[in-house]
Amino acid sequence: MTEHLKMDEVQPRLLDETGQGAITRPSPRPEGPLKVSGRATYAAEWKADQMANGVMVRAGITKGSFSIDKASVENMEGFLGVYTDRLVRNAAQGTMNTNPAQIGDKVQYLGQPIAVVVAETFEQARDIAARLKIDYTVDDDAVPGPEAATEVKDKKNPVDIGDLDKAMSDAACSVDVEYTTKGHNSAAMEPHASLAVWDGDKLTVRSSLQMLGYNRNELADSLGIDAENVRLLSPYVGGGFGSKLGISPEGVAASVAARELGRPVRVVLTRNNVFEAVVRRTETRQRVRISLDADNKITGIGHENWQSNLPKEPFAEPIDAATHFLYGGENRRYGQHVAIVNRSAAGSVRAPGEAVGMLALENAVDELAEKAGIDPIDLRILNIPEVHPENGNQYSARSLADALRQGADKFGWADRKGPKERREGDWFIGMGVAAAARTNILQESKARVTLNPDGTALVETDMTDIGTGTYSILGLIAAEMLGLPTEKVTVELGDTDLPKASGSGGSWGAASSGSSVFLGAKGIRKVLAERLGCAPEELRLQDGVATGGNNRRPLADLMDGPIAEIGHIEPGKFSDEMAQAGYGAHFAEVAVNAVTGEVRVRRMLSAMAAGRILNEQTARSQVWGGQIWGIGTALTEGLDHDPRTGHLVNNDLAEYHVPVNLDVPDLDVIFVEERDDHANPIQIKGIGELGLSGAGAAVTNAIYNACGVRVRDYPATPDRIFPYL
Amino acid sequence: MRPFDYVRAETREEAHRTDGRIIAGGTNLLDLMKLQVETPERLLDVTRLDLHEIEEAENSVRIGALVTNSELAAHPLIRERYGVLSRALLAGASGQLRNKATTGGNLMQRTRCPYFYDTTQPCNKREPGSGCQAIGGVNRILAILGTSEHCIATHPSDMAVAMRALDARIEIETPSGDLRVLTLDEFYCLPGDTPHIETVLEPGELIVAVHLPEPPKGRQTYRKVRDRSSYAFALVSVGAAIEVENGKIASAAMAFGGLGPRPWRDQAVEEMLIGETPSQAVFEKAADTLLADAKGQGENDFKIPLTRRVVVSVLSELTGVSQ
Repeated sequence: MTEHLKMDEVQPRLLDETGQGAITRPSPRPEGPLKVSGRATYAAEWKADQMANGVMVRAGITKGSFSIDKASVENMEGFLGVYTDRLVRNAAQGTMNTNPAQIGDKVQYLGQPIAVVVAETFEQARDIAARLKIDYTVDDDAVPGPEAATEVKDKKNPVDIGDLDKAMSDAACSVDVEYTTKGHNSAAMEPHASLAVWDGDKLTVRSSLQMLGYNRNELADSLGIDAENVRLLSPYVGGGFGSKLGISPEGVAASVAARELGRPVRVVLTRNNVFEAVVRRTETRQRVRISLDADNKITGIGHENWQSNLPKEPFAEPIDAATHFLYGGENRRYGQHVAIVNRSAAGSVRAPGEAVGMLALENAVDELAEKAGIDPIDLRILNIPEVHPENGNQYSARSLADALRQGADKFGWADRKGPKERREGDWFIGMGVAAAARTNILQESKARVTLNPDGTALVETDMTDIGTGTYSILGLIAAEMLGLPTEKVTVELGDTDLPKASGSGGSWGAASSGSSVFLGAKGIRKVLAERLGCAPEELRLQDGVATGGNNRRPLADLMDGPIAEIGHIEPGKFSDEMAQAGYGAHFAEVAVNAVTGEVRVRRMLSAMAAGRILNEQTARSQVWGGQIWGIGTALTEGLDHDPRTGHLVNNDLAEYHVPVNLDVPDLDVIFVEERDDHANPIQIKGIGELGLSGAGAAVTNAIYNACGVRVRDYPATPDRIFPYL
Repeated sequence: MRPFDYVRAETREEAHRTDGRIIAGGTNLLDLMKLQVETPERLLDVTRLDLHEIEEAENSVRIGALVTNSELAAHPLIRERYGVLSRALLAGASGQLRNKATTGGNLMQRTRCPYFYDTTQPCNKREPGSGCQAIGGVNRILAILGTSEHCIATHPSDMAVAMRALDARIEIETPSGDLRVLTLDEFYCLPGDTPHIETVLEPGELIVAVHLPEPPKGRQTYRKVRDRSSYAFALVSVGAAIEVENGKIASAAMAFGGLGPRPWRDQAVEEMLIGETPSQAVFEKAADTLLADAKGQGENDFKIPLTRRVVVSVLSELTGVSQ
């Protein structure tokens, strides 16, 4: 049977009634011991009989065509083949469902994968790939960067409400500032890897992916086969952050090579490949305008952006995402301009939009508050709109003001001083704040929940756990709903043979797949209530015992076999009619070296309001990840492209600087008590991206408060600070 | 990585007469081999040679070429007398790398110029005559002193900067068993039009030790400016030892990392300082002297004013002048 819900009505807060005590409290992830002891097998660690190894070949030119000289390597030891047909030049964009073969004989960016070399061993394949002779015909019209672009795609019909120019000229106080951010790479710890095995016309691929339902269709599209013949397995994913939303080049290459060779083929991307062949976050230039009236109410807000992408990529970073709904003001204008360039493809990287858009917005608000002579927290709270300022929709739960106040209180915001007023030795000390906001999304998702007479339960869905804690929270929801100790619930994920889930992305995973598990378990509760002879609302399940209607029976007494229910959630009218988002406030204290401009973050606190928290431990880990990413975004991370070739120069972890342990101070997280009744039947909201949204702006605002230097070009490396000290 | 032969030398004599690229910790060479930036046909493993000791001799220290960076940084003699060296070592790489990296290997490590690392790109150091793509390209971390139109790479070592400030001598054993003893300036070549030739080490020669003379008088420090707190190469680093006597600078030694193709030391800077009363003006003059011939490449122009600030700051700290 299927328990189906379309989210059109507010649902009772059943998880506040169940009483098993499985959810909310901190709970370790069940697969944790496997991961830390090397027993969780990741895609690249699988072997198959007769398995051959493939390595991707990188293009050495920016734009043109190529031909492979197979004879140059075919006598090398271990050589099995080199393939170019049907390959893809970069990972598919998220939720595309299609991924037509793209390469042919064309190169569109330096470092593009153009072929896969297959040999008996990985070492042989890597050597052959390095020595393969490639003949290039170079096109002379390559566009190495946005400055040189001849084609710029503007967003059609961007929002333009009221008269922003007039609001700016009438303003009692205003800011009109430009910010730039460099590109970013997800740099997930586990590189992309795939092992493809054919059995007749059936293909099984072990890979590292976020959205198996989409990825299956994408791979089938690349290969020109029926999706029914493709099975994907991704039980463990070592970080995704958007880079594994779409099927990536090595998955297609392994499948192509395995079909041609008649042997299983494994292809693992090198770290350089990961930087080049998987989507980057675009670099951005952003202009933010905000006008205030004499009462410090925002009258106008403008957010225009310039970014880039490869030809024919249907993605633009939604940089103004949070600007639309975070603050009021009747005059509003936006713009988006995508330069078409020969650089690696741009796509979704954690919190696409907010991650960089909120740097500019929240820096501009900080500049505005300073100019207006008002505390930046007060300015934000004063400008929280009643209804969505652009479409008039009501907001669902929105504890932004609470997050700002609770965070300020715990952080000690009241002790903040002005620029250069606090100094310890060579270091200026300062505090910064930024709001967090990330649109909340519900997607269709299914799961099967099975309750067994022995008091165990099984949750099955093709959902993925990309390190976020999906195994944990799905098990906790089932345990809570079925009244079982958490260790009695097993969760099986990452297999396209299982009921189709939302996949992991857009911070919708917990809400969508969590709701499906909730519904599946709710279906089981209905069956049990009927057997016990009570109404479902009366049923109480705790520690394997059912109570209701003056009856009290062990579960086993009510069952003559397993009870299995499919839970099926679909987004409903609340997705369109309510403005839904997670909110929060980030606080940072930094030290800026008065001589060198080096910045060290001393402490950070984030107050998060994301509805019900399912597992405080995994939720906190998510927020830590966001805070750390925020530190990296603010201070160190940035893709450097050669201005003449578009070549991604810092394509490894030595030169692309993610924060190291020493860059990460004490991180504090508080959760603001909240239920979002319009979001989904479990009243939760996504938190993975919320923890990042705005985090970097708190750091750069703190830099200003410390030393009086406004960094408007990210990242805030020493050379962007010391000249102004 | 290309297939290669591996041989292990049990004695120095064996090492001298065996052809092959010398490998010790391999923390740099193995990376370069995987990328085929280096493609040696044979590796000669010298780690079994008897070069692991740190020995004290009359007011000096002799460091075996195979002493690891971790051992050296932690050694009581080094911590006590050559603080600048201990600090420089700990400012480099990561704990894991320092456990493997050796003294000789650290001296021989190659530049971190990103174009050197990418075999699709021209690089005169990797492929003589192919051109320098870093000039006019992404060169934020590259050199401003001692460069040529053929190469603007930096030497990446922190350890070598401190050793240069300490007047260290590199002991090289020739195939005939003789010792050649060179300063770091004598050991490293400037790029000129042969940036692929980085040292004067001849085939069959072996670095056997680094000799530290009597510790400099006065105070020592190592200051490294970098983009993140750890595991990043220096934007600029300074290893310095300054002695103040009767209100005048009596002796000075300053070496710099992140600025040049070798650990940089400029005698004129020290001559200018000696005999002067420490002051902001004097320190600024020292910085002017150091940077007189500095040449920015666009993205790394900031290194010139940054170095000036760091020089003044380090000299202020070591002489007790408040800024």
